Amino acid sequence: MTRTRHRVWKYGDNVNTDVIFPGKYTYTIETDTAQLARHALEDLDPSFASAAQRGDVIVAGRNWGNGSSREQAVKCLIAAGVHAVIASSFARIYYRNAINSGLLVITCPELVAQVETGDEIEIDLDAAQMHYSGRAYSFPPLPEQVREIVDAGGIIPYLRAKAREQ
Amino acid sequence: MARASQRNRVKPGDIVVIEPEIVLSHDNSAAIAAIFQQLPHDRVKYPERLAITLDHAVPPPTAKHARNHARIREFVRQQGIANFFEVGRGICHQVLCEEGIIGPGMTLLGADSHSTHYGWLGAFSAGIGRSEVAAIWATGQLWLRVPETMRIELTGKFETGVTTKDLTISMIGRLSSDGATYMAVEFDGDGVAGLSPDSRAVLTNMMAEMGAKNACMAPDEVTWRWLSETLRRTRPEDHVDRLGFFRGRALFPDSGADYALHHHIDLSEIEPMVSCPHNVDNVQPLSAVATRAVDVGFIGTCTNGRLEDLAAAAKIVRGRRLRRRLIVIPASSMALRDAADAGYIADLIEAGATIGSPGCGPCMGVHQGVLAPGEVCVSSANRNFRGRMGEPDAEIYLASPAVVAASCVAGHLIHPADLSI
Repeated sequence: MTRTRHRVWKYGDNVNTDVIFPGKYTYTIETDTAQLARHALEDLDPSFASAAQRGDVIVAGRNWGNGSSREQAVKCLIAAGVHAVIASSFARIYYRNAINSGLLVITCPELVAQVETGDEIEIDLDAAQMHYSGRAYSFPPLPEQVREIVDAGGIIPYLRAKAREQ
Repeated sequence: MARASQRNRVKPGDIVVIEPEIVLSHDNSAAIAAIFQQLPHDRVKYPERLAITLDHAVPPPTAKHARNHARIREFVRQQGIANFFEVGRGICHQVLCEEGIIGPGMTLLGADSHSTHYGWLGAFSAGIGRSEVAAIWATGQLWLRVPETMRIELTGKFETGVTTKDLTISMIGRLSSDGATYMAVEFDGDGVAGLSPDSRAVLTNMMAEMGAKNACMAPDEVTWRWLSETLRRTRPEDHVDRLGFFRGRALFPDSGADYALHHHIDLSEIEPMVSCPHNVDNVQPLSAVATRAVDVGFIGTCTNGRLEDLAAAAKIVRGRRLRRRLIVIPASSMALRDAADAGYIADLIEAGATIGSPGCGPCMGVHQGVLAPGEVCVSSANRNFRGRMGEPDAEIYLASPAVVAASCVAGHLIHPADLSI
C-alpha cells in the first residue's frame, strides 16, 4: 500500500508567485524555514499559514505559480508542510523549481474540477493515480531523468548523491 | 539547444542536458552561493561563464540588503568572477546586452524570470530557479525540455503613439498569461524591421508574462547596427572581434520549420492598451479606462526603462507640470547618461519628476517608491500582481512610458494625444 492521505486547500487560476511569497521579502527571508512558513500565501489566503498542517496538499486551477522565478514560492510551501501541489497546469519556472527543490507537483485538471477545501484525497505515486470519493484519477508520470531528481529530494541532494558515488 | 547540448538535432519534447554559455544571477547570488556551498564542489566550474549584476535593491535600502551585497562581492572575489557589475551600472538584462556579454546565437540561463529578454538579439535565453543556477555553477550543466515554437508574424506599422508595450499587452490579453507556457515564441514578418532596438526588447522581455520559456527574433540590420554602436562604447578594446564572433554564431529560422501555433498581427490594428489590476492579462484598451484616477507613476525596469522610453516621457512632460508624483529610474547607467546628454533628464526634473539610480527600483516592492494602501500606480513595468509594489490593496496599471507620463500630467489614465495644452 503506497497510498498516502491528504487534506485539501483549494485555490483558483493564475495564482502568482507574488501572492504565494511576497517580493518584499525575497532578499531578507531566504532559508529560515519558520519565517518562510509564516509568510506562505500571505496575500492570497491569510488563514493558510496558521492553519496548514503537515501533509496537506494544495489543489489549484490553471497556471499555478506564474511570475517571478523566486524559489521561496516553492520553499515556503515545503516549510509550511505542504506535501504536493496538484493543479490544472503550472507555470514553467515554478514547475522546474518544485522538481528541483523536491516538492511534488501533479498536473491533473480532472481532479481539480472535483475537490474543494477540506476534502481528503489519496495519492498513489507508484501507480500515478489519485483517489477521491471512490474514483481514481490518473496523472502523467514524470520523465525518468526528472523523476530521479524528485526521488533524491531535489537537484542539490541529487548532485550530492552523485558526487558521493564517484 | 542542439549546439549547447552537443547533439546534431533536437526535437520538441526531448529532455536534453545543455551547457549554457552565460549564467545570470543578481542580488539573489548570495542565496545561490549558500545553496552552492551545500555541494561538494569548492570551485565554480566555469567562472568565466557567470555574470552577476547588483540591481534589485541598489543602493541597498537597509543594512540587511547591504550585507547581502557584501556577501556577493566576497563570493565574486573568491571565485574570480570577471563579469561582475556593481550597484548603479543597471538592470542585469540591459547591462548584459550593452556589455556584449551575450549576443546572437548564444545561450543564457538566468535566475530571473525575465531572462527571456535576450531573444531580441537572437539569443536563446530562459529563466530558471536558484537551486538550478547553483547546480550549473557546480557542474556547468542543466536539464531542459526542448520547447514547441509559437510563431508570431508581425506585419505593417504602428499608428502614431502606439508601441511594442501596447502590442505585448494586447497579445497577453488575447492569448492569456499562460498562452505560451513551456513554449518558444518567435517573432518574424516584415513588421519587425521597423521596430527600434529598445522597443524590440519589450517584446521578448514580456513574453515571460505569457508563460514562454524563451522568445526570439532573428538578428537583422537594426540588431547589428545597435551592437556595433554599443560595443564600440562598452568594449573599445575588442568590439570588432566580439561583433565578428556574434556574426559567426547568429542563428536563423529554418525554412519550412514546424510551428505548433501561428498567429498573425497587423501592427496598424493595435491601439494603446493597459493591463488592469491584478493580472497582466486583465487587459483593456486605454480608451475604456481613461478616466481612472492615479496617485503615482513609475517609468523604468528591464521592460521600459531605456533611452527611447525616457525620451518618450520627456517629450510629453516638456514645458508641463506634473499633477502626480512620477518616479523615473533608468534601466542602466548608459541610458541615464544618454538621457542626461539629450536633455531628457532636465525635462523630467523641471516637470517635477524624481530620478532614481539605475536598477529595478520599486518594481518588486523593495524600495524607491513602494505603494501605500489604496494607492493607484500607472507603471511601465511588466507585472501588476497584488502586492507587487508594496501593499496588497494598492493597484497597478501597466502601460507604455508615454501613457505613464501623460497620466501623471493629467492625474488620470490618458492617451498623450488627449492632453490639453
